[in-house]
Amino acid sequence: MSEQAVAKLKEKFSASVLDVVEYRGETTLVVKKEDIVSVCIFAKEQLGYNFLSDLCGVDHLGRSPRFMVVYNLYNIGAKTRLRLKVPVEESDAQVATVTGVWSTANWHERETWDLFGIRFEGHPDLRRILLSEDWQGHPLRKDYPLQGPDRQPYQGRLS
Amino acid sequence: MATTETMTINMGPQHPSTHGVLQLVLELDGEIVRKAVPHIGFLHRGTEKIAEYRTYHQVLPLTDRLDYLAPMSNNLGYVLAVEKLLGITDAIPERAKVVRVLLAELTRIKSHLVWIATHALDIGAMTVFLYAFRERERIMDIYEKISGARMTSNYFRVGGLSVDLPEGIEKEIRDFADDMPGCLETYEGLLTGNKIWQKRTVGVGIIEAKDAIDVGLSGSSLRGSGVDWDLRRDNPYSGYETYDFDVVTRPEGDTFARYKVRLDEMRQSCRIIRQALDRLAPGPILADEPRICLPPKKKVVNSIEGLIHHFKIISEGFKPEPGEIYQAIEAPKGELGYYLISDGSPRPFRMKIRPPSFVNLQALPQMVEGRLLADVIAIIGTLDIVLGEIDR
Repeated sequence: MSEQAVAKLKEKFSASVLDVVEYRGETTLVVKKEDIVSVCIFAKEQLGYNFLSDLCGVDHLGRSPRFMVVYNLYNIGAKTRLRLKVPVEESDAQVATVTGVWSTANWHERETWDLFGIRFEGHPDLRRILLSEDWQGHPLRKDYPLQGPDRQPYQGRLS
Repeated sequence: MATTETMTINMGPQHPSTHGVLQLVLELDGEIVRKAVPHIGFLHRGTEKIAEYRTYHQVLPLTDRLDYLAPMSNNLGYVLAVEKLLGITDAIPERAKVVRVLLAELTRIKSHLVWIATHALDIGAMTVFLYAFRERERIMDIYEKISGARMTSNYFRVGGLSVDLPEGIEKEIRDFADDMPGCLETYEGLLTGNKIWQKRTVGVGIIEAKDAIDVGLSGSSLRGSGVDWDLRRDNPYSGYETYDFDVVTRPEGDTFARYKVRLDEMRQSCRIIRQALDRLAPGPILADEPRICLPPKKKVVNSIEGLIHHFKIISEGFKPEPGEIYQAIEAPKGELGYYLISDGSPRPFRMKIRPPSFVNLQALPQMVEGRLLADVIAIIGTLDIVLGEIDR
């Protein structure tokens, strides 16, 4: 069932879809970041993906583009899942917000800003959520040390 | 000429009724709440960052501490996610699947007991708190006999279970499942027909179905608004499709509806536990995957293959192929999702946990607007949040 959904998406947004991956029964589409809002609106209204399960960032340090913003969608009626990924460059680390499509994206995008430093244009209230307001740095980036910026690294063996 | 203005008060992170370290900044007009802004992050421990520096086995105890009231649920979600990433979901033996379902449902009852105890205590019914915690002690005794710890069990492993169930535990669980419906009748007798309870919960915190789906509500809170969605029935895992249980929904969408939904869920969990106990049969508890599952101690000591496998798994860990998956389970609080990315190394490249309470708490400001200050307490209780999961 989600094959038809993917086919319809590819047909409508053939210029924006960069890659389609099927792995362990799940489908992932990599989409250009400029078109993410229209893709999401199409997925919600035409294909029925009315539930945004998760929105997160991934840091691929050393690869260009460095960041990926991942949207995990779910169709409550048909009970199928879909994943959309958006590559984000480090020099231009911002994406349009999807809070207009699913309001649950609000806190997820705040968390992605907090931990990765990816801005969301048009977000109603973009500020840190898990860390304190005056925290410097974005901890989940791969170049942020595990022990924090002002402590010696752990000298022993982890595993 | 008198003017009125709103008063901003702080329901600070240290508060007996906020179910953890949650700060609510409330703007009040007399007793009526005009705006509520939750502030979280006081329990942020960096679980996702730490997970990038541990092997897949070493991450398992970290997941215990997310929703610390339902630890085996978190374990189950993580273990299923790693098994999906490895592609060994079909190789899990039958006994392991049945024990996983049994303990997941026992954990659901455990979590809902804490929910009813603290929700009732916040509203003022202290007896229910003591009764529910007495039942919870029985579950924690079962946990201790099975896994060694009352709360952070760390019992499941990738590929099955860590040790087999001890002797005599089946009778104890069966006695518990037989006693539980009677205890639920006691709680209902104390609360459901109680005029004070009804005044505090009927019509309080109403959220419509389409608003609930839009804001990301899941689990019992969503079923209390009439949406018929349960991941155990719709995207089944660990053999749930073979069990006979009902998914309870209520159309009203208020606190009383969610209360009834969770009570009925506890009754359905007792049904599933009895079915699981009936089909428990002797068999292996770990999948036959020597590179992933630890061999039994006799093999480690007596054979060279056992020794080598044990050494490699403990010191280096297993390496899944590069890829990414998202696995969601129906945790007691809602949809608990694990998004795992592997890059071929023995450590997860990225582990994102989708906590149900984090998303459910987002619904709080809109449910509380225009209600009295006392309703804020009832609504926090009915959303069933636990800060360990929200902050990770």
